Amino acid sequence: MESSDVYMELEPIAGENEIVLQSVVERQFGDSIRALLSETLKEEGISNVKLNVVDRGALECTLRARLEVLLSRSRGGENA
Amino acid sequence: MRRSMLFLPGNTPNIILNGDCLGSDAIILDLEDAVAPDQKDAARVLVRNAIKYLQFPGIEKIIRINSLDTTYWKKDLDEMIPLKPELIMTPKTSCREDVLQFDAYITELEEKLGYEKNTVKLIPLIETALGVEHAFEIASACDRVAAIFLGAEDLSADLHCKRTKGGAEILYARGRMVMAARAAGVDVYDTPFTDVNDDEGIRVDAELAKSLGFTGKASISPRHVGVINEVFSPTQKEIDYAYEVMEVIRIAKEQGRGAIALHGKMVDAPIVARAQQTIEMAKALGLGREE
Repeated sequence: MESSDVYMELEPIAGENEIVLQSVVERQFGDSIRALLSETLKEEGISNVKLNVVDRGALECTLRARLEVLLSRSRGGENA
Repeated sequence: MRRSMLFLPGNTPNIILNGDCLGSDAIILDLEDAVAPDQKDAARVLVRNAIKYLQFPGIEKIIRINSLDTTYWKKDLDEMIPLKPELIMTPKTSCREDVLQFDAYITELEEKLGYEKNTVKLIPLIETALGVEHAFEIASACDRVAAIFLGAEDLSADLHCKRTKGGAEILYARGRMVMAARAAGVDVYDTPFTDVNDDEGIRVDAELAKSLGFTGKASISPRHVGVINEVFSPTQKEIDYAYEVMEVIRIAKEQGRGAIALHGKMVDAPIVARAQQTIEMAKALGLGREE
């Protein structure tokens, strides 16, 4: 994976959503990345999932884009 | 003003995000060849978000969508048209009907979105022998067409010949494209020079394109952008000469003279037209004079 990108994986779990983040900018932006992803999952009505995230410094527009595609594919969209 | 257009692969955030600081007048966000089939959805969403969040101020945004023979082109347009990119580049455009098919679907989307018709313009990419032969009908297919663009890599394959640095194999296509575009009153862009490490080669190739009448040139490498901008900008000498032409024309009109000479040469209508084009471009580049 190249810099400024992010890899994400979803897995079903019992209970609250969980975000497991590995990021090169964890110290500076870890909390805001988790908040953004968590908020987006909530907005999309997604519950009972673990979101595994490997981040290489993705900006907000990239984080949102990658999560949107992941959710779309998980719902059976294009390239599911 | 659009001298240089830089291709950026649509699914590569670290390149796209720098789109506004690579020096080109326009960026081409590519959803076609630079994106693997199983990543088309990801590229579409990334490009859409990049435009939405970053906007790329001062840079013209061109989206190269997928061709009519794929299942992607309508999805590409569904995502891109709401963002009002300046131009949509349509690959493998081979005839007037191809353009009209894109135009009809974009018109439908513009109507749904409440946009004025032709808000988003088209730049058909001509990269087949059939397309070159139909260049004028493509360029004049509808008011949405703002420019045409020659793609020499696919064209060479279609011509069953090798691409060379000298470009003899595409000389006919270049001439035909310029003629068609100028006859239709639209801009015309030259194919990228693909050896990213050949600094002298890009200059020679860009100078050839300019001498043939191209408006500008595309690039696949930021390294080529500076040279392309330089070649397609008027020199100070050309700007000074253009102002001299306009001045002698002004004097001739004042004196009621029909013909006038500058530096021993007659100044006629084509020279005045070229001088006006040079001054317009100089002004766009901030090199013009105050009037």
